[in-house]
Formats: sequence, structure tokens, C-alpha cells
Amino acid sequence: MADAEIIPIGTRGRPGRATGTQPSSAARSLAPKSTTRPAAKDAPKAAVKPKPKPKPKPKAAPAEPEQPVERTPVTTDVPTPSGGIPASEWLAAIQGAAAEVFGADWEPQLARFLAFLRRRVAGDYRIDEYGFDQEITERFLMAALRPIAQKWFRIEVRGIENIPADGGALVVSNHSGTVPVDGLMTMVSIHDEIGRFLRPLGADLVFRLPFVGAMARRSGATLACTEDAERMLSGGELVGVWPEGFKGIGKPYAERYKLQRFGRGGFVSAAVRTGVPIIPLSVVGAEEIYPLVGNVPSLARLLGVPYIPITPFFPLLGPLGLVPLPSKWLLEFGEPIRTDEFDAGAADDPMLVFNVTDQVRETIQQTLYTLLMKRQSVFR
Amino acid sequence: MGSVGRVVLVTGVSRDLGRKFARAAAADPAVARVIGVDAVPPRGDIGDVSFVRADIRNPVIAKVIVKEDVDTVVHMSVISTPGSAGGRNTMKELNVIGTMQLLAACQKAPGLQTLVVKSTTTVYGASSRDPAMFTEDLEPRRAPRSGYAKDVAEIEGYVRGFARRRPDVRVTLLRAANVIGPSVTSPLTSYFRLPVIPTVLGHDARLQFLHEHDLLAALQHATHTDIAGTFNVAGDGLLMLSQAVRRLQRPTVSLPSFAVGNVGSVLRSARVADFSPEQTAFLTYGRGVDTTRMRSHLGFEPRYTTASAFADFAAPLATTGGRTDRALARLASRLPDPDAVPVGRSEHG
Repeated sequence: MADAEIIPIGTRGRPGRATGTQPSSAARSLAPKSTTRPAAKDAPKAAVKPKPKPKPKPKAAPAEPEQPVERTPVTTDVPTPSGGIPASEWLAAIQGAAAEVFGADWEPQLARFLAFLRRRVAGDYRIDEYGFDQEITERFLMAALRPIAQKWFRIEVRGIENIPADGGALVVSNHSGTVPVDGLMTMVSIHDEIGRFLRPLGADLVFRLPFVGAMARRSGATLACTEDAERMLSGGELVGVWPEGFKGIGKPYAERYKLQRFGRGGFVSAAVRTGVPIIPLSVVGAEEIYPLVGNVPSLARLLGVPYIPITPFFPLLGPLGLVPLPSKWLLEFGEPIRTDEFDAGAADDPMLVFNVTDQVRETIQQTLYTLLMKRQSVFR
Repeated sequence: MGSVGRVVLVTGVSRDLGRKFARAAAADPAVARVIGVDAVPPRGDIGDVSFVRADIRNPVIAKVIVKEDVDTVVHMSVISTPGSAGGRNTMKELNVIGTMQLLAACQKAPGLQTLVVKSTTTVYGASSRDPAMFTEDLEPRRAPRSGYAKDVAEIEGYVRGFARRRPDVRVTLLRAANVIGPSVTSPLTSYFRLPVIPTVLGHDARLQFLHEHDLLAALQHATHTDIAGTFNVAGDGLLMLSQAVRRLQRPTVSLPSFAVGNVGSVLRSARVADFSPEQTAFLTYGRGVDTTRMRSHLGFEPRYTTASAFADFAAPLATTGGRTDRALARLASRLPDPDAVPVGRSEHG
């Protein structure tokens, strides 16, 4: 062991680590050979005794600007990236990108879109007497709702053949889900399946609300009143009605899939008077999108709305709580109930109207139970 | 009946529509005489119409009717613009008291056979509870409490009372949609003539117009055909307010509904536009009327649709906006593409 040679590692015997008073050798070799340390010493001096010696401060002050002056030429001479590219290259790039994204015929496509945009801006489109704007409904509303219907709720439609291909018909559906999403989903499902527009009948609250009311009219809705219902049905439209109204969508989660009272049966007398078939529709899945666990009746009264919903996620998670739960939806259209066989005065016969109303209600309730039995789980 | 020569009395000839109707009636060969009545002389040429300066608010009008042996009275002196009448109080007095006096005079006139009253669809009001299209037998969902709509509702009440008391007189009530035309002055036309149009935020009203020519033609038609009753008179189709403004190419400013009323009263006091407060509801919810009975019973066919009447109104107006449209047009012209508009969409024009 005596002749063992000691091989120094690292700093070769000299103290290598910074001791607190002196930087390490590695740090020293990195540091420039300039007078950083004297400058650092000057600064505390100036700071400690400024009163007896006012001159060091002006001295230190010119010393400091000198350093930035030395460095400035290094950094400021870099040209900005956007300034250098000429407009023609931008145009070429956009054209290339457009061709890449929209295919070779992007120019006619863009021109077509521009023509559409110009028609909208110039007001050169048509609405029907209820304010229905078919173009905007097809191009924007349906296009926006379709992915939600297909990907989020994975809607499965059954019995679509029960809806007549043309002529007036009244679709009567259960109503649920705190927010009337089921109406929108029914609209887009029917449009995608058979290409007809469902014309929903809405409560007057819908038309009183700003934005909502304007959008509702644009997408084909009108007020749920006898005059409008009969007018639409005799005009050969496919009309949708949710007779439970706010009682249906605003019911607590514990009462899910229990049909509420079906109004006063006004929809039946409208259908009987116009002789159109009634198509019961049962929607399963909408109850679970916003499970309503609470309500603030006093605030609701104050705001003049039927209820203020509290769900497990709203208002707890704020706007995130507005995302509906992705339940699996089943829409089943039942056998049409014919109303054209009744006598002339049948629409004014309250007993008959109540009977038909009960028949429709029972059909929907039974179908709901059947669908719930078939359903594997809420989300599958 | 009156082919020998009818004597027609027209009220409200000092204003444009009344004067035009009186002239048109005078040009009719079936009419022997046309007497125009108003409190102030008409501003324009009245042709063959003999003008009688009489205020329908006082009983002089009864003497005129009896002395001239009038068999047809066309009441057009229902004013919708408080500014032109000299304030809301005067307007109400002219409308309501004037109609009362006129009808009282008519009741005492034994030779009277026909009464035609120009009313308006404003009686239906405008609210979120309205049906899409009002038919003649529908009542307003909310009874009007003030303004022009209340005047008209009261006038219609008096006219109905008159029809009950004089069943031998044929009474025709024409509820005209908003009359529009290049020379029409009404609260709605002055609204559309604003350089920047205030709209109600989040709402889009459905509008229906009647061209002034069609109004005159409908009144002519009603004086000649022997059909009594109440009829909606309006052009076919509807326009949304946003659509109408876009067709005008004027910029809009969307305000909450309470602010629109304030802006309206400011504009009114500044005499920029005769923007009545009850118009806010109309510009929020709009109104549509059903014209089936106009066609089937009255047998009148308007020449202008709502859209073409509005186009005729918009034609002389200078555009103050439309920058977006011009930008889009420039962009579209850059595209070297002749078949820009597909064939299937060309029917939208």
C-alpha cells in the first residue's frame, strides 16, 4: 500500500468547489476577463456612503451603460420573419394550402361559398311565414348538431318508417333533460333519416328570450297555440309537440321516465281537426344528460323562468357543468294513430280528445319501459 | 247601385295617401263626385276632388254629408304619426273623436250606403304569445294600453257599433299591413330611413308590408265591390327585420330592448324620426297576418309582395353600409370562375 500512487481526480488538489467566498475554477474559467469584480465592489461602496461622496454615483452610472452599449449590436439586427415574405408568396401558399385541404376544385367551392355569403349579407334569401330559414337551418344548425347526435349521444332511431314521407303529421314526444336538447336531437335525427324538417311547437317563454327566440323561429319553430298548430298541420308540415312542457323537462331525476300530465290535449284536437296522424315518439337517454337534483324556486320566480336547474355538475363546475353527460339515446317512433276516421265534430268532443290523449300517453310510456329494458346501461 | 254616379266622401285628404286615393276615386267613371274633407288644405294637386275644409271633430261634417248627398264614406283619417298631427294628444283626438263624430254624422245620413274604413294590423299588437299569422277573427293577445294601437282598437270598436246600428250600410274594414313606398311617411318608414338602424338585441321581427299602390287599389276595390266585413290586406310573404336591413344595406346597432325605447324617444324629440314607443314591441316580435279572406271573400290581389314592396321602397334610398358585401364582391370577382353561382340556387333571387 506504501507505493500506491494517489491519483487526484477533478481539481488536481486545488480546492474545486465554490467555498462561498470564491467561485469554483470552472466558474472562473467561464467568467470573462473583464472588471466585473471591481464594478461589483464599486456598487456597494456607492450604495453605502452616498452622502459624503456624491461623485462615485455619477462614476458608477456611466460605467453601467457601457455594458449594454457593447452588447446591443449583437441582438437587434435580426430581421422580423413576416416582413420579408412578399405578398405573392403568401398568396401561393394560401392557394397551395387550399388545394391541399379542399382538393383541386377549391376555387369553384370557394366561389360557391362566397356566393352563399353574399346572398346572406344582401338579405337575398327566403323565409316562410313562421320565420323558418331553411338554408341556415340546413347549413349551420343541422351541421352543428349532427356530430353531437351521432358521436356524443350515439342516437339510434327506430320505426322511422312510421313517419309519412309527405303531408301533415304530428309527432308527439316525451320531454326530458332539463334543457330541451331532445327537441333539437329529434329534429336533426328526422332530417337525417327522411329529409323532412320537424317543425317544433315551443312555449311562449322560448320566444320571449332573446337569441333563443330568434334562433327558434329561424330553425322552424313556432308558438304552441291552436292557431299555429292547425295552420302548420293543414299546410302539410311535420309538426313536433312535447305536451309535457316544462313539467317534463324540469322534473327531478328521481322521476325519470315517468310521463307527466299531457297538457289539456290541445295537440289532439288540432290533429283531429286537420285529420293528420299522430306519431308517438319515445326518447330514452335524454333524462340522463343533465340529472336534475335540485331547483331554486325563489330565484326562478324572480327571473320569471319555470325552474333553475341544479345538477351534480352545475353550477358546481361552472361552464364545464353545462356539458351534457354522454348517455346513449334511443328514439322510437310508434305506429301512427289515425285521426281522419273521426266524425266532423270530434275535435270539440272533450271525452274523445281525452281518450286519444291517454292512448298516446300510454303508448309512449309503455315504449319507454320496453326501451329501458332493452338498454344495456345508461352510457352504452 | 251607384253606377249613375256615386258621391264619395274621403276624409284625411291633406295627407298623401288620402289625397292620392281621392284623386284615384275621382278618376273613376262610376263616381260622380268626390269630396275631400280635412281640417287643413291638401298640400298637393287634388285634381277633380272638391275640397271641403271641415274638421271631422265637430258636427259640421254631418251637414256636409247630408247636403252633398254622400252615399259612400271612405275614412282614411287615422293618423299614425304623432309628429305630423302636432303631438300625441292631438293625434288621439283626431283619430278617436274624429271617428266618433264622423260615425255619428254617418248614422244620421239616410242616403249612406257604404262605409270603408282604413284600419291597420297594428290592432293585433305584437308579443311573444302571438300566433304566427293573425286571421281576422283573432284578438290581440294583450289589449293595447296606449298609443296608435289603442286608437285603432277604439276606432274599430266604434265602427263595429255603427255597423250594428245601421245594418243597411255596408261596412268594410280594411286592416292594412305596414304601408310602405317611396313617398310614404310612417313610423316604420322613418325608422328604415335612419342612417344607422337600431335593432333589438337578440330578437328578429317578422315583417309584412303593403305597397301604397296596393293600399289605394284595395280601398278602390272595397268601395266598388259589394262585400262587407273585416279584411287583412298585406303583401305575400314576410321579411325578417335583419333581412330587410341587409337589403337596405344599412348598418345596424343592436341594443337591449329597454334602450331601443329610449333611443326612439330621443330620436322623436330630436325630430329625426317619428319613432313611436309602441313600435319597440313590433320591432321585437313582429307580426304576420293571414290574407286568405282578402283573396277568397274580398277578391283582391295585391300587385306587390312584401319583398317587392320593400325593394320599391329601398330603391331611392342611399346605402350607408354594405361594406361587407362590396368586400365579398371584390373577392368573388378575383376568382376566375364563371360558374360561380350554381344552377340549383339561382331561384333565390
